[in-house]
Amino acid sequence: MATAIFQGRARRRAKNIFSSPIAAFFAWVLAIVWTIPTFGLLVSSIRPEKDINTSGWWTFFVNPNISFDNYQTVLFEGTTTNPPLFQFFFNSLAVTLPAVIFPITLAVFAAYALAWFDFKGKDFIFFTIFALQVVPLQLTLVPLLQLFAKGLVIGDVTVIPDLGITGTYIPIWIAHTIFGLPLAIFLLHNFLAQIPRELIEAARVDGAGWFTLFSKIVLPLSIPAIASFAIFQFLWVWNDLLVGLTFGGGAKEVAPMTVRIAEMVGTRGSGWEVLTAGAFVSMVVPLIVFFALQRYFVRGLLAGSVKG
Amino acid sequence: MRAINIFTRATPLEIITENFTLLASALLAFGAVVFLIFLLAERTSVKAQEWLKYLVFLVPALLLLTVGLIYPTIRTIFMSFMDAKSDEYVGFDNYVWAFTIPEIVTVLQNTALWVVVVPTVSTAIGLAIAYMTDRMKRPAAIKSLIFMPMAISFVGAGVIWKFMYNYQANPNREEIGLLSAIWRALELPPVNWLLEAPLNTYLLIIVMIWIQTGFAMVVLAAAIKNVPDEIVEAAMLDGATPIKRFFLVTIPMIRTTLVVVLTTITIGTLKVFDIVRTMTGGNFSTNVIANEMYSQSFRQMNYGQGSALAVILFIAVIPIIIYNIRQLRLERTER
Repeated sequence: MATAIFQGRARRRAKNIFSSPIAAFFAWVLAIVWTIPTFGLLVSSIRPEKDINTSGWWTFFVNPNISFDNYQTVLFEGTTTNPPLFQFFFNSLAVTLPAVIFPITLAVFAAYALAWFDFKGKDFIFFTIFALQVVPLQLTLVPLLQLFAKGLVIGDVTVIPDLGITGTYIPIWIAHTIFGLPLAIFLLHNFLAQIPRELIEAARVDGAGWFTLFSKIVLPLSIPAIASFAIFQFLWVWNDLLVGLTFGGGAKEVAPMTVRIAEMVGTRGSGWEVLTAGAFVSMVVPLIVFFALQRYFVRGLLAGSVKG
Repeated sequence: MRAINIFTRATPLEIITENFTLLASALLAFGAVVFLIFLLAERTSVKAQEWLKYLVFLVPALLLLTVGLIYPTIRTIFMSFMDAKSDEYVGFDNYVWAFTIPEIVTVLQNTALWVVVVPTVSTAIGLAIAYMTDRMKRPAAIKSLIFMPMAISFVGAGVIWKFMYNYQANPNREEIGLLSAIWRALELPPVNWLLEAPLNTYLLIIVMIWIQTGFAMVVLAAAIKNVPDEIVEAAMLDGATPIKRFFLVTIPMIRTTLVVVLTTITIGTLKVFDIVRTMTGGNFSTNVIANEMYSQSFRQMNYGQGSALAVILFIAVIPIIIYNIRQLRLERTER
């Protein structure tokens, strides 16, 4: 009885202390400070060119001139050397879709094998994949690019021929697939390994083969985990610069938006009217995905980091 | 070269149409192959499935990982001991180069600074916010705002912050960068932020902290939620102040997660390349290994030196790999 009262009082006290107005105030201040840079960019992007370059974006609130010309310019007007941004926007989409679907498919296959097949060397493979997660991409760039460009020839034997795919999306897709696999396999394995053994065994006893078992039981059960990872991989690929830059082979026909924006920052250091609008165009899709699916994104993040 | 020629002839819409065809056929082909394999495999005998299952489920991923990660890693290590064109063996020359040329030594020092500052500061701020919002009634809005930069690309973040740091050389014109405007309002002497070393490196580091804090906050908030109420209450009954409780109860209880957050951010920071490239191009003494590795390999076309830098990155993550594997082993034996 006494302890119950005590606990009740303690709990109430705990609430009061933790939700103290001072803590809340500081948290809000931080949240606002965190948002100001992005907000400034967004506000600038809808101001007329002259305003952006002659006054701070915060003066927008006393002198609110709105213009969508910047978006019009950046999206639909190319330069002498560069196509308009909408082409790069399409490239980002075209790079991202397969670069999400391919690794997830292969990863869910491999995760199934590592979680439910019994074979020698299973642990070794699993630990190797786990370790590969943190190998820096930089380590693989040059040899992998050479593979795409020239194939692989050891001595006189052609192991992998020159496929002639440089300058298309294909090397970017393959590279993203490879780089996404370790984390995807690890996360999905952790999830698939939690399926109750009885369920798998019951299905086996009922005569389900390994393939039926996968398509009828394992795959439907792993949809939530797949969704979490898909968001992860989507943001990763959409926001990536390094892979797009190197594996795109410098071809503007396949370069994603990040490559173009990075180039704009470099060559037109002062053209803020185009840069602010361009940067926002490149951010809008991930921001929508982020706000709409934040819960799943967080779930994926937690599965990946709280465990290992 | 071939690609550029195509561009001068084709309009954006033509290019998109052509690219869309490739996209659609790639997705269709992939789907069709997977579907067909399953259709056929499900009809094979139980005995055949015993080996077919490895071929379908395991081999494709392993093959890609071997060809795409393991083989290139080994090859890069070899290339780091060879000259620019990977023709001749040069011993440790490329490493001697990395550790003696002043420019590259700066690159290594900057990277070290990034790796020390970004993980500690973003974890500290993330932890503070996670703790402050832990028992708040509606923390969702605050958390979303701080988490949001995670959805923004490094390139986008680079643009956002370059705008913040914008500097107006002409004192008669208005500052359009927020930082400079505040500086001017305080009547401090103007600073061309991104050109002043070593200040500029810290300003770039702030961008990474801005992005990573949300990650630290989300993961640590989940860990703090998992600390049993009874323990917190027991500490309270013993008269521990909130500050003491934080250091003596919360932190020890979430230690493993703290390490995971720190190491994850460390790895991300080691590889950071886009922020530096977008904001300063690695100039004005702001360069880091990942960016210099790119310049060496793809601009100077010096594969030897580029590979040596990549291997230095690799060596830096090896302790983390070993630690992670040991943790995973431990977790598995506990189960």
